[in-house]
Amino acid sequence: MGVLPRPIEELLETALVGELTVIDDRGRLVTHPLIPLYDGQHIYMTSSILFSRKLEHIKGNPKVSVSISDPNAVRVERFRRATIQGDATVDDADLHSGWERVLPIWRKKEPAIDFFLGKRVALPLFFERAVIEIAPRRAFLWEDGDTSRQPTVFELMGAGR
Amino acid sequence: MSAPGRLLESISSRGYTHAVVAFVDDRGYPLSVATAFAVHADRGAILLEPVAGDEVAPPIGREVNVVFSHIRPQPGVGYDERRYVSLWGTLRPSDGHLELVPDRVQHWDEEEMTFFEFSERGVPQAHRYMERVSREQGRRIRPQLSRGWLFLRATRLPFLSATFIPVALGISVAALHGQWHWWLAILTLVAAACVHLGLNVANDVFDTLSGADQANVTPTQFSGGSRVILYGLLSMRQMVALMLGFYAVGAGIGLYLAVTRGFWPLFWIGVAGLFISLFYTAPPFRFVHRGIGELTVFLGFGPIMTIGAYYVQARAWSWEAIYASLPVGILVALILYVNEVPDRPGDAAAGKRTLPVRWSKDAVIAVYALAVAAAFGLIAGGAIAGVIPRPCILAVLAAPMAVPVYHALREHYDSPYRLMPFMGTNVQLHMATGMVLILGYVIAIVASHISGHPPAFLR
Repeated sequence: MGVLPRPIEELLETALVGELTVIDDRGRLVTHPLIPLYDGQHIYMTSSILFSRKLEHIKGNPKVSVSISDPNAVRVERFRRATIQGDATVDDADLHSGWERVLPIWRKKEPAIDFFLGKRVALPLFFERAVIEIAPRRAFLWEDGDTSRQPTVFELMGAGR
Repeated sequence: MSAPGRLLESISSRGYTHAVVAFVDDRGYPLSVATAFAVHADRGAILLEPVAGDEVAPPIGREVNVVFSHIRPQPGVGYDERRYVSLWGTLRPSDGHLELVPDRVQHWDEEEMTFFEFSERGVPQAHRYMERVSREQGRRIRPQLSRGWLFLRATRLPFLSATFIPVALGISVAALHGQWHWWLAILTLVAAACVHLGLNVANDVFDTLSGADQANVTPTQFSGGSRVILYGLLSMRQMVALMLGFYAVGAGIGLYLAVTRGFWPLFWIGVAGLFISLFYTAPPFRFVHRGIGELTVFLGFGPIMTIGAYYVQARAWSWEAIYASLPVGILVALILYVNEVPDRPGDAAAGKRTLPVRWSKDAVIAVYALAVAAAFGLIAGGAIAGVIPRPCILAVLAAPMAVPVYHALREHYDSPYRLMPFMGTNVQLHMATGMVLILGYVIAIVASHISGHPPAFLR
């Protein structure tokens, strides 16, 4: 059993896109659509160094939120929406192959990644990547995805450590 | 309608199902929440449905970030149709809704800008990030590729077909004339290949120095250079060393061939080849910057290589070898010519006044058609007249390969990545034509060996 409530885990396990919101060095919000990965403890997202401003922002302020909101991008029996707030760390110790540790869960969601990996010679900088590792702190769940109704709130301090 | 107005209108027409509003909550965390929306492009505003709950309701009077994101899942593969619009501004109440008039926008739609171009525009950021990580880790961080892939990429090895064809053709003409020395053939091929690879590497070195590669944000598999210096995969010094290494080996073998097979003719052929190869992009001549890159490629990968290969075998000149090289030279120049089409903006910015930079779309396409017609006209005319062996007329069968390239130039002139597959077809056109020309010679050689007086259609 993971650190997040099961309905939210189901979303994370199938979502092809989630919105990662970070705070930049001027305190402004920046939201990035990214594929979320989940191992029961942490939410992972990976970022190429080509699009690495978000990594710089996280290093400056690790507080982030991840929203799973797109009904077309998730496969669950009953659609719902969730937002997870958390503390993020950036693992860029080995940009070339360190991110491959999340490849098994990435592959499950996006099998085409293997095709692109085969073309690594054509996209060398795209595959120099960092892993964003998010420890969930609080989660919001909107059953039926209806945000005009109050969400269920889950306090998760201590999760994902 | 203004550009921001059109962008807002696209939010309602491009399949976005909902908005995500992000704000900073009381604990200092970002909080993002989805809601329904309506676009009022005429007012430059987005109306958002209210969100229930004090903790998650977007704040009035503070900056928020509103994002619209769309993908189309492709089961078992992943997704496509990636696009997003990100707006920043302050919310205010409006008839029971929340109104946002954005003061800043950012968007990407892969139908407007391919992922490759989007990525290419991120290269400067990639370098900034690697510099930062290098400082943090106290060691130099740079991107990596395996040695084999790096060599392939840095030298653009697959383009060696452009050298193989004219050299093999020259050797074939000599063989038909009764001159065949296999070890000299191998040495000639290696020398020519080294000069070609030297050219490829020199091209990268001087295009980086001139800023042409940096200015080109739409490189393809066939154009825009190897980008190994630009990406930081190899340093300028390493590439210069590689370039000098190839030229040294090429020149060394060339000198040996000159000494053993006829010094002055081969010396001058070698000098001409090296001169064209180096000064194709190198100052002070920079042929490609002056709109004569196509002509020099025609000469270098046509008559010079073919007659050079012939002379090494036969120790004599041959008008037939020169004639046979003309269609091959034209078709290889057309590879460069078509590959220059997507490079136009970057080339123009860097002062590379190639023919596609100088000419209109119609002129470029018309000249392509005329050049293809000239190449195949030379083959057909030469074969019928007996200047080259008659079986070489089979090479005309490759001509239809130029038709999709012609149509692609018409339809995708400004779409580098849609043009890309047809740039590949254009490379194959040269390869196929050259191979069948060589086959024509092989048929004629075999026929002349079987019978001292083969029938006219086989000689």
